[in-house]
Amino acid sequence: MKAPRIPMEELMGCGHLACQGCGATQAMRFALKALGPRTALTIPACCWAVIDGSFPHSAVELPIFHTAFETAAVVAAGIKAGLEMRGDTETTVMAWAGDGGTYDIGLQALSGTAERNDDIIYVCYDNEAYMNTGIQRSSSTPVGAWTTTTPVSNYKREPKKDMIGIMAAHMIPYIATCSVAYPEDMIEKFRKAKEIRGTRYLHVFAPCPTGWKLAPELSVQMARRAVTSRVFPLLEITDRGQTLKVWKDFEPTPVREYLAPQGRFRHLGREEIEGIERDVDLRWRRLLAKEKMMAAIPGLE
Amino acid sequence: MKKVIMGNHAVSYGVRASEAQVISAYPITPQTHVVELLSEMCASGEIDARFIKVESEHSAMAACVGASAAGARAFTATSSQGLLLMHEMLHWAVGARLPIVLANINRAVGPPWSIWTDQNDSLSQRDVGWLQIYCESNQETQDTIPQAFKIAEQLQLPVMLVLDAFFLSHTYEIVDIIEKEQVRRFLPPYRPEIKIDVDDQHSFGNLAGPEHYMELRYMIQEAMEKAIEVVERVDREFEQVFGRRYGLIDPYRCDDAEIILVTSGTVASTTRKVIDDLRDEGVKAGSLKIRVFRPFPFEQVFEVLSRARKVAVIDRNISFGAHGIFFQEVKSALYGRSDVPVIGFIAGLGGRDITPKVVREMADRAIEGTATERYINWTGVKI
Repeated sequence: MKAPRIPMEELMGCGHLACQGCGATQAMRFALKALGPRTALTIPACCWAVIDGSFPHSAVELPIFHTAFETAAVVAAGIKAGLEMRGDTETTVMAWAGDGGTYDIGLQALSGTAERNDDIIYVCYDNEAYMNTGIQRSSSTPVGAWTTTTPVSNYKREPKKDMIGIMAAHMIPYIATCSVAYPEDMIEKFRKAKEIRGTRYLHVFAPCPTGWKLAPELSVQMARRAVTSRVFPLLEITDRGQTLKVWKDFEPTPVREYLAPQGRFRHLGREEIEGIERDVDLRWRRLLAKEKMMAAIPGLE
Repeated sequence: MKKVIMGNHAVSYGVRASEAQVISAYPITPQTHVVELLSEMCASGEIDARFIKVESEHSAMAACVGASAAGARAFTATSSQGLLLMHEMLHWAVGARLPIVLANINRAVGPPWSIWTDQNDSLSQRDVGWLQIYCESNQETQDTIPQAFKIAEQLQLPVMLVLDAFFLSHTYEIVDIIEKEQVRRFLPPYRPEIKIDVDDQHSFGNLAGPEHYMELRYMIQEAMEKAIEVVERVDREFEQVFGRRYGLIDPYRCDDAEIILVTSGTVASTTRKVIDDLRDEGVKAGSLKIRVFRPFPFEQVFEVLSRARKVAVIDRNISFGAHGIFFQEVKSALYGRSDVPVIGFIAGLGGRDITPKVVREMADRAIEGTATERYINWTGVKI
């Protein structure tokens, strides 16, 4: 990874209401450094609806329109259309939603917006459960995880939904995954997204120490291990879903070292952990095969 | 220019003349012609607007919310299930104080599936904070669109105009088409003071604690109370340019009337014919059309009805477990100030025709006293 110059300018203030070690907060800080001040935000119900601060305060020095849970993508599309009709074609409009607002309740509006290729940036900051309401399972919650609605005796059995696959199926111009542990990469991807027109989907892995029962100081480390253990691959899908590029230039680390520090996986026995490791390995190999296959199609670079 | 057009197209022509900038809608019978014609108008450049073709009514209202918050004039149209799906975002438009205009074609709610008219869709949105204006003719429908934008933008509250499925939406009438050049003399461009703007940053709708929330609700009610005067003023201003006005209510032969039938929508036209018949027979009858349902014109309704000896309200809707919804409002307008008996009729649900004969039957029952004020009086139920 090249190290781009990271702007000193901060568009997010320190007076926010996030928990210690919150990945979503780091994600916003980096995203705004990349996008700059000519950006308008819409935020549905999610942790960030609170992190921003209560009236009359706001932790972000940008226009923010708070909206209903399932509407981030289409409200952003509406804002963009409204601004353009007012003659402002320059402002970047970003929808900023959690995994619940993306994978579950907001999926329909997101699909509609992506299918129309409306000119917005959609960000899912993924902390793998409904954290704002007190750690309930979402369809982003990984296999094996405890949440308040998947108790230890009946932990989550279903795999995390393939959100990237869903977005790729919409053939939008830009899709990328990012991690708060790799700010240079994240900023570069957001900068790239800013220059593209149409629906751009950025998926940011954002640990939640509170919901993951993780020491706050390990937040960034966990985000890093999620990438190096191949649990959360960093990738880009460009050319309207035709080109896939997976980042592989790292020293792999064992999945169990990602799981072990997190209380949400503490109940898992050896066999269950081995099962998760097999799944991660299979998904990684499938991803690399897909990358190769897509590159090998005649006529595609 | 005069044209023979359907009610749905009267909506589209009204939107064109009002120069809406963002339109977002999802198809539902019987609303579809509204947005089909608007799509054509957008595609041909007849109207300079962005049309966001969404995947649901919920998203249609959400797109309008975003566009309106960004400072654009926004419009949508729907019916029945679609309006119900929008419910959450109808609230959002009010709380965010966005002057969106919506045309709802009154259609009965399922199950069982029905595409025909009644008012339970719009009246179940009674308490969300939208103004509601019930239209009677295609001309009134078209003219009410620019009026609605002007009212909405002055109050920073959204406005719903309502028309009966088929009896109006699909019925062809002569309409004097209004053009944007004329409408500009009546409706100035929408330029809100506060909007989403990177050069003038605001945070909209973030968490408000108990120490702030209630004042914001107070201000919505304050705007609604002011709306009575604003609707009347805008109506007069419209008349100055176009020579037509519609009022909050429309009394017909009420001055010396002993019995007054209260109506809304297309039933008003039918009822006027019955009033004429009754007058010919020497019965001192009148009718009162309620055009603006929210805010409810309590004073104006009281003024007209308190002079009568008997009032009969025809509701094409029902609040299950209570009464007809217009009936309740009329009772409320008279309560404590007038002893005039109010008799509530339920008729025409699910598009059952309310013919002059049906209206006459209700009038006769009210006059004879076979319909009473103690019960709901169903009309034409075959049970």
